Amino acid sequence: MVSKRIIPCLDVKDGQVVKGINFEGLREVGDAVGMGVQYARDGADELVYLDISATQEGRRTFAALVERIALGIDIPFTVGGGIGSVEDAARLLDAGADKISVNSAAIKDPALIGRIAAKYGSQFVVVAIDAKCIDGRWTCTTHGGKRLTDVELFSWAWEAQERGAGEILFTSMDHDGTCAGYADAVYARLAEELSIPVIASGGAGSIEDIRRVLTEGRADAALAASIFHYGQIPIPTLKQALRASGINVRI
Amino acid sequence: MIALIDYDAGNIRSVGNALARLGAEYELTADPARILAADKVILPGVGNAAEAMAHLRERGLCELIRSLRRPVLGICVGMQLMCRDSEEGPVQALGIFDSHVRRFAEAPDAKVPHMGWNALGNLDGKLFKGLEGGSYVYFVHSYYAELCPDTVATCRHGERLFSAALKYENFYGTQFHPEKSGSVGAAILRNFLAL
Repeated sequence: MVSKRIIPCLDVKDGQVVKGINFEGLREVGDAVGMGVQYARDGADELVYLDISATQEGRRTFAALVERIALGIDIPFTVGGGIGSVEDAARLLDAGADKISVNSAAIKDPALIGRIAAKYGSQFVVVAIDAKCIDGRWTCTTHGGKRLTDVELFSWAWEAQERGAGEILFTSMDHDGTCAGYADAVYARLAEELSIPVIASGGAGSIEDIRRVLTEGRADAALAASIFHYGQIPIPTLKQALRASGINVRI
Repeated sequence: MIALIDYDAGNIRSVGNALARLGAEYELTADPARILAADKVILPGVGNAAEAMAHLRERGLCELIRSLRRPVLGICVGMQLMCRDSEEGPVQALGIFDSHVRRFAEAPDAKVPHMGWNALGNLDGKLFKGLEGGSYVYFVHSYYAELCPDTVATCRHGERLFSAALKYENFYGTQFHPEKSGSVGAAILRNFLAL
């Protein structure tokens, strides 16, 4: 059986890892390669690096950073942020990324998912979705949560899968940064409706939150940032606790 | 010197990065003379087996690889190309390992591709020196090599037990990606380099 994955997420701005609360009020937490190497040593199963630079200069810095990450770490990693074309994806593949994630650009141009998957395989394409619950309807947002769309989460996740996505990374904007637990019921429904792996993101505050989203929430992987960056929950402690509760994790 | 065969079949860079982390000198090459002169040869590969096989043929490397007498390691599709044949195409492969490559049947508890960390079993031989059964390594594949007399490690995906690694004389193959498998992967690569 494939084990459940624990994935630290590193938001990168101009080469530095930052983490915001509800996508605002960013603060710097450290060096992107150094943190990745440490996480890999601690037992992280995968890493996600998201480029949140808004400038061309920032994007160039990120591509160079991806090369250094690929040289430094010995576990798979996904990169995302601002990928809008097959060429963008190709550049990051060449730099050494194992997977790319597309978000806003895929909502604008859903065929992009199929174009990248046809060229590099579904295993290379993660579709990231940021959504919030508005009057009982899970509604997708773009541009780091800043813009609301009229796209509904479950139908979009299904379409992304049919177009060739290899995984869905869903972030609940209502839970992100709160440290009050993941949107468990939403993940359980995604797991029920989809045949591809689902990565849970947004809301991890405790080991129990992660245990719940991997069991009741049926997520294949749990992604988190601040609880790892600030050393609140060391990954070895987390994995021991998950294994003790009967979850198949790599130790 | 290690020859890392460069035949336009996927992300060979990550294998090169792993060798660099281990302090091993390597060169990317498709030059028969360089491959013959190398102490060890690595045949990486991701993507479609039939296309990868065509790339090997175009470069005239099939007979050359079969004739090598120094340690050779095939990784992922590189390993599959060293089997008899693959359903992906279908395509006749190099026929070094006595195994057929089949597609996984999809099942609720066995998603395809088989992607992620999974445990090894029945470890046998020098490639796994110092490692125990139950060690986790990283897989990404939709096709698998059947169990055969050359199987030196197994893995289970749903109901299917398949060859996670193969060995025949000086030829080795891993279905998983040692270059992406953390400290366990590094140990396997070090064992290969020490052969």
